[in-house]
Amino acid sequence: MSASTTIPAPTTRPTPPDSTALRTAARRRRGLRSTLFHLGALALLAVILYPAVWMLMSTFKPSHEIVGSISPIPSTFSLDNYATALGGIGGISFWTFVTNSLILAVASVVGVLVSCSLTAYAFARVQFPGRQAFFVCMIGTMLLPFHVVIIPQYIVFNDLGLVNTYWPLLLGKFLAADAFFVFLMIQFMRGLPGELDEAARIDGAGHPRIFFSIMLPLMQPALVTSAIFAFIWSWNDFFGPLLYLKSPNMYTMPIALRAYVDQTSTSDYGAQMAMAVLALLPVMLFFFAFQRHLVGGVATQGLKG
Amino acid sequence: MAAPAVTPDPGRVRATRRTKRADARAGYAFLSPWLIGFFALTAGPMIASLYLSFTDYDLFSSPQWTGIENYQRLLDDPNFVQAAKVTLTYVLVGTPVKLIGALAVAMLLNSPRRGQGFYRSAYYLPSLIGGSVSIAIVWKAMFIDDGVVARITDLLGGAPAAQGGWVGDPGKTMPMLVLLTVWQFGAPMVIFLAGLKQVPTELYEAAEVDGAGAIRKFWRITVPMLSPVLFFNLLLETIHAFQIFNSAFIISGGTGGPARSTLFYTLYLYFRGFRDFQMGYASAMAWVLVVVVGLVTLVLFRTSKAWVHYSGGNR
Repeated sequence: MSASTTIPAPTTRPTPPDSTALRTAARRRRGLRSTLFHLGALALLAVILYPAVWMLMSTFKPSHEIVGSISPIPSTFSLDNYATALGGIGGISFWTFVTNSLILAVASVVGVLVSCSLTAYAFARVQFPGRQAFFVCMIGTMLLPFHVVIIPQYIVFNDLGLVNTYWPLLLGKFLAADAFFVFLMIQFMRGLPGELDEAARIDGAGHPRIFFSIMLPLMQPALVTSAIFAFIWSWNDFFGPLLYLKSPNMYTMPIALRAYVDQTSTSDYGAQMAMAVLALLPVMLFFFAFQRHLVGGVATQGLKG
Repeated sequence: MAAPAVTPDPGRVRATRRTKRADARAGYAFLSPWLIGFFALTAGPMIASLYLSFTDYDLFSSPQWTGIENYQRLLDDPNFVQAAKVTLTYVLVGTPVKLIGALAVAMLLNSPRRGQGFYRSAYYLPSLIGGSVSIAIVWKAMFIDDGVVARITDLLGGAPAAQGGWVGDPGKTMPMLVLLTVWQFGAPMVIFLAGLKQVPTELYEAAEVDGAGAIRKFWRITVPMLSPVLFFNLLLETIHAFQIFNSAFIISGGTGGPARSTLFYTLYLYFRGFRDFQMGYASAMAWVLVVVVGLVTLVLFRTSKAWVHYSGGNR
């Protein structure tokens, strides 16, 4: 358009409202603001992602070069750190830790999906005495610091000989102890039209049937979001495994990582970083594949990451 | 209650009573996993730890009743006082800074521009990985010795790093951990953004017609309209901040040092309970934490009546 070059952006409203000129000026102002917005947003992005990028790039540097260098770009590019990290810890293969973490994460997902969807259905769709009171209890467990229950739990699991097994880490998942997931599913179910179950009930369907044939298929988005978070939280969990897993061949990735850091000399950052990156890899893959689900889950339910 | 004018059909009454009973049965059946979990993993252990907090128990011999001795010892325990101090500082500094940052970024992002979804996701990433052991190790590597952070402060003309860098300086471990939590501003930001989307634009337009400036619009429209979300974020972030463990544990190498500067409450509780096996003392600590968090929650809820506005159908 030729008009765009001739008329300067008016700072105040001009008296004869020449509509094309006004529009161009507005567009240019919008263009400038948009550029400023993107510059600011990208600058912030660079600051925020710097630690992650630095971490990733450090793994390709020689160990002695890591700590002091601001620049993420390695002077020489090598995969030695990964070779060291994949070599395992104290004779135990790296893949043992991966397998352990995977078993726990997958079992957690199954447990959370089964137990929390059942619980959520009861709260969202069934009328029974005491529902209100139990709902308050469930919300309360979300706010309760879990430290108040770990000591007796540990004592009982210890008495039962279950320390150094995966039972203490999984039992809660199968008993809907993560109220966040129950809450997320309840919120989702409340958004589904009640006429659906109404109609099904008139046709003679009982609660199990309504749950399996109507609710479960419809609440798929909530199930996907819960599954992703359940996997990531289990994968990243540190405190539970720290308490309950004693023998190194039972270790999950985070515990193995910590053991590795304690065992190696502090200057061997390369292998530590490589292992830290490998430990985060599944989480990053989930993030890139499901970021809409993750961010959407946080936005609607206030879930913590 | 007056008697119903028309006697109801007895068959119908029986039918509704029957469905009611069936409903109750189904409700408890569906709820049973959670019910078992609630009593076996939460309510039962809470009562047990309350009992244990009045005893001396080392996991090997049976608990000895000592009355309120554990609680009395807490007040004379310099480590407990230090842990409380460190944790409160972290909560009182970290949470507001993180939330203000989250709100500021959310407001900047809250315009229908291209790329908004991308920035939102990218800023959220640290919240997803920030609590992991991996990030704690990276944080330590960045702040230790003559590391990246020391180099950057050097470039900016700051004082040269002490031996060990920020990690070894008792005065700098708190800023380091606060930075780590502020770095994870993405989750509250996403929640703020969702809240900002609910604010009707007509309110801003009307205010502009009345000649309100940006600051006035912020305090008179944005803050009140956003107050339920603000309350939600404040409550959750505060409760979370009280329970910081992973990053402090990894960065201090499982010691709470240097000079007890990262001896957070949960760290000290872990040491007492699972390193020294003083289960009674640790239980007392856990109950003090529950009471403090409960009081904070109560205060937030009470004061929320004054500053949180629920408009119309919003809950």
